This record gives sequence, C-alpha cells and structure tokens, in this order.
Amino acid sequence: MTQISLERKVLSENDRIAGELRARFAGHGILCLNLVSSPGAGKTSLLERTLEGFAPTQRVAVLTGDIQTDNDAVRLARFGFPARQITTGGTCHLDARMIERALADWNLADLDVLLIENVGNLVCPSSYDLGEAAKIVVLSVTEGEDKPMKYPAMFFRSQLLVLNKIDLLPYVPFSMVKARENAQKVHPGMEIIEVSCLTGEGLPKWQSWLESRIASSARTVAAT
Amino acid sequence: MHEFAIASSVLDAVRTEARLRPGMRVSKIGVRIGDLAGLDPEALSFCFEALTKETDFESVVLEIERKPRRQRCSRCAHEFVVVNYETACPACGEGSTLFLSGDELELAYLEMEDV
Repeated sequence: MTQISLERKVLSENDRIAGELRARFAGHGILCLNLVSSPGAGKTSLLERTLEGFAPTQRVAVLTGDIQTDNDAVRLARFGFPARQITTGGTCHLDARMIERALADWNLADLDVLLIENVGNLVCPSSYDLGEAAKIVVLSVTEGEDKPMKYPAMFFRSQLLVLNKIDLLPYVPFSMVKARENAQKVHPGMEIIEVSCLTGEGLPKWQSWLESRIASSARTVAAT
Repeated sequence: MHEFAIASSVLDAVRTEARLRPGMRVSKIGVRIGDLAGLDPEALSFCFEALTKETDFESVVLEIERKPRRQRCSRCAHEFVVVNYETACPACGEGSTLFLSGDELELAYLEMEDV
C-alpha cells in the first residue's frame, strides 16, 4: 500500500478561478460583493433599494442567481443598470465558473461595482468563493434569531450581517439582542446593520458602508 | 445540498491521481472537514457512494476526518476548541478571540495498492 499526500482544497479549481476573478476586479478597481441569504430574506429588495440610491452615472452591474426564472433580473433591470440572470438549472449555489462565464462579454473597465445576488440558500453558497471582496449575509427578523447558530459557516464567512424587515419587529418574537449575540459568537467582530427595505429605516447606514467600500476599492487601484 | 458537487470534486481528484499512476488501484481517499465548512459528512459519504457505485472506483473508501473549530484568546493566548458556539475564552473569560482553524474542506491523502 502506498500513501500519497494530496494536501489541497477540495474546491481548488473553483478557488483558482475565483482568484483570477479577484485579480481582474482588483486590476479595474471594482468592488465585488456576494449577497447571500435564505430564500425570501430580502436580497433582491435590498438590491432594489441600493440601485435606487445610486446616481445614474454610477458604474454598477448586477448578476443574480436563481435555480429557475429570470424574475429577479427583470426586477433589477428597471433601475437602468446592467442586470444579468444566472439560471443554475438546479444547482443550489453560484460557483466561480458561472461568474466567469456571465462576465465573458462585459468590459470590466466600464464597471466600479459588481453586486452578485447568490441563490437563496444559507448553506451551500458559503463554500464557494466567487472572487468577491466580501460576502454579505441578509437575515430577516421573521426567520428567527438562532439562524447564525444553525448556519454557522455562512455567518462565519460573511463580513457584514444585514438584518432586514425590522419594520416587522412589533409583530414577531425576535430578539435583536440575541440575534446580535448569536452572530458575534459565530463570528466575533461581525459588522451588523439593521434595515427595513420596506420603510427605508437603516438604509443610510448600509449605503454609507457600501460607499466607503467603493471608495477604498477605487483608492487601491489608483495606488497601484 | 451541495454535498453532491463536493463528492464529484473528490471523485475527480481520485480519477486524476489514478490516471497518473497506471498499474495501481485507489483504495482510500482521506478528506478533512471542519465544523465551519457547512458540509454534512454523512451526506457527503452517501453522495460519494452513489457516484462510485458500479464504476471502477466502487471499492474506494472515503475517510472523513472532522476538525473542530479552534480559537486563540486575544488576551491570555489560550488556545481552545469551541463547544456549543462559545467563542469566549474558557480560561480567562475574554470575549474577543481569534479564529485559528475549523473551516477545512481539504483532500488529505490517497491510499493506493498495486493491482
């Protein structure tokens, strides 16, 4: 019997492509964010409010992943920015190759921000690097404050937690204190922003988080 | 449920290594899965068996080593295994601790035999 040491990541091929994408984004000073959540937490609503807040001259594009339908791309295209649907046809997550293919005919020199909306799923997208600068997990208050404990990988790998639907807090048994505690246990130091995409409450905080990230991506490319 | 995709990647690695070594047969593949990898080991084994059934790789054993989450205290430097998501330091109570390991999703080794 011969033992052969492998010592590499199972998803090394995905990570290789993601690394190439990250280098391309960095070369163009593009901020790429990967939005993840369970289905219905409000990723598309957050993107709608985000695109609404951008000046028409802002160079932003959206890739949105779903198992079926192009409903989300249709919803997001209304704001006048390029929005492309990635239909996975059954796959429960986006992978780096899907992003590479979706971007093949786009000129990255024309972009400053690329927002990726992942397939609604709190498990699988956590394993796949898409070349993003950060994963952002959206959690809605109707889902319960224990989600960070139940899906630790996703909360651990996301830099920012956007707690959505806070307009519903008076109607649901959701403890904001516990939710924050749970997120901090799984991911010490995790940034958290509370918003309601319906009323707009908290959105300025999200917008300033985003603007500071966009500015620092642009600075990085200017410095190189 | 992305265990199927992960199992396919593991099988790809088995195939690649087998091709590189004609005259030998893969008997076992060892993988490491951290608690924070977001992967169910049982589902992974199930998918691997389903993928290899009635193929040349049917007899390949998938051995999964689980890796717990480990943190280091930023105050007293104590290193500990996280139990029940409690990331505060068990030695001094400090809440701020640093992640060390536990998100592995790695191919560790392959065992091969002469045919």
